[in-house]
Amino acid sequence: MPGDGSRASCAMTRHESLVEELAGRLDPVRPLPSPVARAALWLGAALLLGLGLAALAGTGGFMLRMRVPDLALAALGAVLTAAVSAFAAFATSIPGRSAGWALLPLPPLALWIGASGFGCLREWIAPGTDIPGGHTVTGCFSFLVCVSVPLSALIVVMLRRACPLRPNLTAALGGLAVAAAAAALLMPVHPHDATATDLLIHAVAVALIIAANGLAGGRLLSRDARLS
Amino acid sequence: MILVMAGDMAPRSWTLAPGSGRALDTTRAGERNGGGARMVLEEELATLMASAQGGDAVAYRSLLKACLPVVSAIARAQGVRGEAVDDVVQDTLMTVHRARASYDPSRPFLPWLRAITQRRTIDRLRRAGRRPREVNDPLAYEAEVDPGPAPGQGLEARDRAAALARAVAALPDGQRQAVEHLGMRELSLDETAALTGRSKGALKVNLHRALKALRASLTQEKE
Repeated sequence: MPGDGSRASCAMTRHESLVEELAGRLDPVRPLPSPVARAALWLGAALLLGLGLAALAGTGGFMLRMRVPDLALAALGAVLTAAVSAFAAFATSIPGRSAGWALLPLPPLALWIGASGFGCLREWIAPGTDIPGGHTVTGCFSFLVCVSVPLSALIVVMLRRACPLRPNLTAALGGLAVAAAAAALLMPVHPHDATATDLLIHAVAVALIIAANGLAGGRLLSRDARLS
Repeated sequence: MILVMAGDMAPRSWTLAPGSGRALDTTRAGERNGGGARMVLEEELATLMASAQGGDAVAYRSLLKACLPVVSAIARAQGVRGEAVDDVVQDTLMTVHRARASYDPSRPFLPWLRAITQRRTIDRLRRAGRRPREVNDPLAYEAEVDPGPAPGQGLEARDRAAALARAVAALPDGQRQAVEHLGMRELSLDETAALTGRSKGALKVNLHRALKALRASLTQEKE
């Protein structure tokens, strides 16, 4: 049909002019490092923050708490969750990589939650452990949120350099990484054993961080077709 | 869909051979037609993209032109039709431009391009789904009954009335009176008998003969 022919030629002209425009504004770019390298970079930044906090709070109590198996397991779970979630977030930000990477953080997440839950059980079996009061709980919550903000900002900036085609999934994984890292950083300065209240506060803070990243980050990370 | 390399001149261009509805299933196509062509294509595209990342505009232009039919085929395979295919192509090219740093030259190019195209296609289909569409149903339109009078209906009715009046006027007096009073004015036999001074029996006979005569004359007129 003549109409189809003219439409096709018009479309080709449009495409060719866009190709010319894009080729005309081409700048050299450096290919992004692998997701493992980018996750390691982000974790390094989180570690620096943790070292600074440990220097402030001292590590004596922390070393003592790490002798308790469930606290050590919870710490290990949090650290592993942060590392694996960060890797999964960076992997899903690359076009063509499988969304199945999003399942990778589930085992360490189970370890983290399970070990923290075991702390509650121990408190229930052996009452008399130091239970944090309202002031401390608020302090923990504020700490988690305050640590999360710079880590979130950093991971969002790093993720935006790629092209997250599933921005909500990537943002939620980034949120999980931030929440786990914040919980791990809390451990050196946390003066108590895990309790039900403690776990609940953690859960609320983690849910808030993931939700905030999922909602805001979903928009922050989504790349529409507009040229910047 | 089979990818065919056209010519050996640099920069090379690729066209999509027609005949298959599935778009760019290069893996299966490669298995059927020998994986060599696909591998060469992958390597060529990866090389072009690597050069483009280094700032080579000529390689980038060749790459984008080679991507055009590939992107169109993927969009069509996902159910995009008409002008929307061209919109998907434009969106995809712009995303490729913005996301070019995320391509790893050590990995194949086509899965990277396919992922971007599929996402832009889904975005386009979602946008189209949200927009209200005109429903065009030619059959329902043809079957629609027009409640108003048909054109020329008044003229026809007037012609019929004139023909009837002429036929009635041509009847003998007795029959004409019977038709006018009993038929047209719908008076009763008693009233008509009082008006005309004829007996009811005579009126019935006159009406019967009048209707017979009218039927005959109007039928003749029609023929």
